[in-house]
Parts: sequence; structure tokens; C-alpha cells
Amino acid sequence: MLEIQGVTRVFPARRGMFGQGAEVRALTDVTLSIREGESFGLVGESGSGKTTLTRQILRLDTPTSGIIRFEGKDMATLSPAALRALRAQIQIVFQDPYASLNPRMSVHDIVTEPMLIHRDLLGLNRRQRTDRATELLDLVGLGPQHLYRYPHEFSGGQRQRICIARALAPGPRLILLDEPTSALDVSVQAQVLNLLIDLQKRLNLTYFFISHDLGVIRYICDRVALIYRGEIVEKGDTRSVFDAPQSDYARELLAAMPEVRVPD
Amino acid sequence: MTDIATTPAVARTARSEAMRRALFRFRQSKLSIVGAVMVFLVLFFTAFGGLLAPYPEHVAGGVDTANRFLAPSVGHPFGTNELGQDVLSLVMAGTTVSVAAGFAVVLIGTLIGTTVGAIAGFNGGWIDEVLMRLSDLMLTIPGLILAMAVAAALGPGFVNMILAISLSWWPGYARLVRGEVISAREEVYVSAARAIGASPARVLFRHILPNIVSPVIVKMSLDMGFAILTVAALGFIGIGVRPPTPEWGTLLSISRSYMPDFWWTAIFPGLAMFLAVFGFNLLGDGLRDVLDPRARR
Ligand SMILES: Nc1ncnc2c1ncn2[C@@H]1O[C@H](COP(=O)(O)OP(=O)(O)OP(=O)(O)O)[C@@H](O)[C@H]1O
Ligand SMILES: [Mg+2]
Repeated sequence: MLEIQGVTRVFPARRGMFGQGAEVRALTDVTLSIREGESFGLVGESGSGKTTLTRQILRLDTPTSGIIRFEGKDMATLSPAALRALRAQIQIVFQDPYASLNPRMSVHDIVTEPMLIHRDLLGLNRRQRTDRATELLDLVGLGPQHLYRYPHEFSGGQRQRICIARALAPGPRLILLDEPTSALDVSVQAQVLNLLIDLQKRLNLTYFFISHDLGVIRYICDRVALIYRGEIVEKGDTRSVFDAPQSDYARELLAAMPEVRVPD
Repeated sequence: MTDIATTPAVARTARSEAMRRALFRFRQSKLSIVGAVMVFLVLFFTAFGGLLAPYPEHVAGGVDTANRFLAPSVGHPFGTNELGQDVLSLVMAGTTVSVAAGFAVVLIGTLIGTTVGAIAGFNGGWIDEVLMRLSDLMLTIPGLILAMAVAAALGPGFVNMILAISLSWWPGYARLVRGEVISAREEVYVSAARAIGASPARVLFRHILPNIVSPVIVKMSLDMGFAILTVAALGFIGIGVRPPTPEWGTLLSISRSYMPDFWWTAIFPGLAMFLAVFGFNLLGDGLRDVLDPRARR
């Protein structure tokens, strides 16, 4: 479904007042492929390039080299219109639910915006969009009474639910989850995680799941890749990576893991 | 699922709570309240000053030479001027022109500046470079001199004066808006909007601009006072509004030759100007505390 081939992203050195900084190699020759219907996990420490990789996939940023294909189509060669249509298929839930909702938009406007943008594709009129927003809120565990409220009126967990509803709105097939629970209270993390698992089953979604938490990855993901300083150091079935890690980094990571915490 | 158990009542209080807190911040400083009251008075006289003036015939240009230079009394609380006109009436009616001109200047400056700043900050690259050099260039020309040049080229008059001052006014807004747009562009919700396929125009108008109105409104309020002063200054040097239309700067300009013997002809227009400028500045400071708490000193 998604083919990432030899993707490298180098941020050019910033020329500051105090001379030249060094260039940043955020990603080096990353090759991954994500299959339809699976949950693919990506684990790596802070600054290892996980978010940068999601930005390449969403084409919010352009790789220095390498190719990303969705359903066989090279995203770099798409026309703006084709790219926009494709964006309905790939959605993202960001790490920080406090920063990822526009504070000046109501929940209704936030959740219906993707349907408005992709109205040619979805063919929904205003009434139908509002109805669908209500359905989506229900799906993520919020009620119709939340429709006309603003983000600041919600807790972190609720906001992340709104983000999930927005991601579902254009009817995507692949969802990138960039540490979707790491900014939440521990008690809320399990709820949001269970919601995600439930949605995947119901809607046949493919997940690209980024996390620090090896326990969560083990619980959710079919396959996993480990990234270290922008390079993929290990990838394979979750079970084999956990049971028989090949790389030193994977062994270190697993040894440092306190104990696999499986949410209930 | 405790995190979704919020009832409508709770959320409604959350919103009114935020409102209450903002009002509290505003009221905490007595000076902002004083500023708000002063601005209210100024706006009241802007709307009704001409209508409420005790001697409307003087406002229209009528003279009463028998009663020249009367000191302040019950009949003429602010006295009369060299033409025997009631100074109170002129000051009241003058509010309209001075404040309307100041407001027009700020509004036009904001519109041009916001457009330029938003285009520059949003696009970056050479467009940004060109627009910002242009606005830097405008900033280097003193506003009053530019206004005099425009008045010399287009002739004096109300509209020309406003255009002239606005021309020197927009770069401040362009810089402010550009900076705000550049920082808003990096917000996660802007990435989110782009990721769902929003067009650049939608990103700018729906996601970036609504989130930068607060600092712009604060600056507008703070600038109002200075704009009124600039309008008056142009009136003072004689290239703004022409008599008989009453305007504070012109009133002050004419009466300066009768100082200090007939002090009331100058003191009262000056005082009106002082109060208007001071009021808008206090209000601006108060608004900043409410709308933009980050910028608090
Ligand atoms: N626009 C940019 N310009 C320069 N360097 C950048 C830019 N974006 C990211 N980087 C650098 O790329 C590296 C990877 O960052 P990235 O945000 O992808 O890490 P991450 O794995 O998502 O970390 P975290 O777990 O903290 O979210 C970091 O060193 C970061 O400083
Ligand atoms: Mg990240």
C-alpha cells in the first residue's frame, strides 16, 4: 500500500549570525513498506526522525532523495489536484492534541472541513456533512452536544478524539499515528488506544503507528521497525523482533524496557 | 470513560469562566477601565458632538464678532474665540473629524499592512524580501514629511490627508502581521490543515489570519491615539482639514497666536486631544492584557 524507498532528508545548514551550523541528516536511506490492513509500528528515541518521516509521507515536506509510493503512484510526480485527492486517503493524528486543533474553529467546523475540501470526492452537502460529523463524534465517543464547542473546552483525551474524528472524516485508508497517546494522562492513554484498535477493526484501516512505548507497539502492531538517528536498524514481525532482536540497538532497547505493559 | 463525561452545563461554565477571567484581567487594572470610559466618551462625541453642540450655527461657520474672546462662563463654558464662536461647540464638533480621520488612517493602514504582511510572511522567499524592503523604505521616510509631500502633490484636503498618513502607517502593520503569520505557519494545526488537503488560501484565511487578529486589534487601539495626533499635527501646520470645518489641530493652530491672554481658545482643544489619545492608549494596554496575555510587561 505504502512504499518508502531509500528516503533521505537532509536539512541544510542554517546560516546564522554566528557562522554556519551543521546540516542535519534527519533521515538516511529509509526503506519500509506498509501492507494494507496491518498495523506497522515505528519505534525510536526522541529526535530519531519519526515525525520527519510522517511529514515526507504526507508531502508536507519534500525528501532530499528517495521515492514514496502510495498504491504504486509516486507522490512526487502527482499533479496538485491528484495530490489533494490522495490526501483524503492518508490521514494523520498528531502527538500533541493541544496544538493540533485550530483554537478559533468549532468542533463542527474542524470535523467537517475535510469533507468540505473533498466534497467532489465525497459528494456531501452541508446537511450531510453535519450529520456525518455527528456520526463521527459518536464513533470516537463524543456526543452531539459537543458539536458547537471550541477546542479549549475539552480535555486532552477529548481533543485527541476530535483529532481522530477529523482524521476519519475524509474516509482515509491509511492513518499515521504520531505518538497519539504520549501527551495524554496515563489513565486516558488506554482509552484512546482501545478506541484506535476498535476503529481499525470496524473501518478496515491501515495504521502506521509511531511510539516510544514498546509495550503499546507490541500490543497493537503486526510488524515493527526500529529507527535510530534517522536510519532503520531493524524491521520485521513484531514477535520476531521482540523475541530475537538482531541489532545491538534493538537488544539495548528491549533490555531497557522495564516490563511490557499491556493496556487492558 | 471519565474524560467524555462532560455535561453541557460544565462546558458552558467553562466558556463563561474564560470570559470572566478575561474581564477580570481587564478590570484588575483600573486604568484600562478609565481608558474604556474615555474612549466611550470620545466615540459618543464622534457620533453626536455636532448635534449636541450648544451653538450649531458656529459649527457651521457662523461668527458673532460682538462676543469675541469671552472668558469661560456659564453661557460659554470654554469661552469664545477670535470670531466669537463658542469653543465648546467647536471642540465637540471637532471630535468627529479628528477621530474619524484617525480611525480611517488606522483602518487603511491595517488593511494595507495586513495584506502586505500576510502575503510576505505566508509566501516567504523573494516575495517576502521585496515586500519587506519596500516597507522598510516607507518606514525610513518620516510620516509627517511624506504627508506634506502628498499634500503638496495632490493638494490639501481631508481625503488626501488620510491617504497621505495611511501611506506612512501601513509598514508597522506589515511587520507585525508578517511576524505573526510566520510563527502561526509553524503551528501544528496548520500542518493538520495542509495534511487534509486545504488550499493555501484556505490555510491563510481560515487557519492563520483568525489566530493573529488579537495583536492587530491591540496595535490598532494603541495607534488610534497617535493617528489622531498626526491628523491634528497636519491640521496644525495647515495642510489638513480647512476651516470652517472644526478640527482639533486646526483649532489649536489658529488659537496659538492668541496665547497666553486668551488661553481658553487653545487649552480646550488641546485637552480634548490629550484625553482622546490617553484613552485609546489605556484601552490598548488593557486589551493587550486580555487578548494577548503573553505580551504583558
Ligand atoms: N525543519 C527542520 N529543520 C532543521 N532540522 C529539523 C527540522 N525538522 C526536524 N529537524 C531535525 O530532525 C531530527 C528529527 O526530528 P523529528 O521531529 O523527526 O524527531 P522525532 O523522532 O519525531 O522526535 P520526537 O520523538 O521527539 O517527536 C531532529 O534532530 C530535528 O532537530
Ligand atoms: Mg515527533
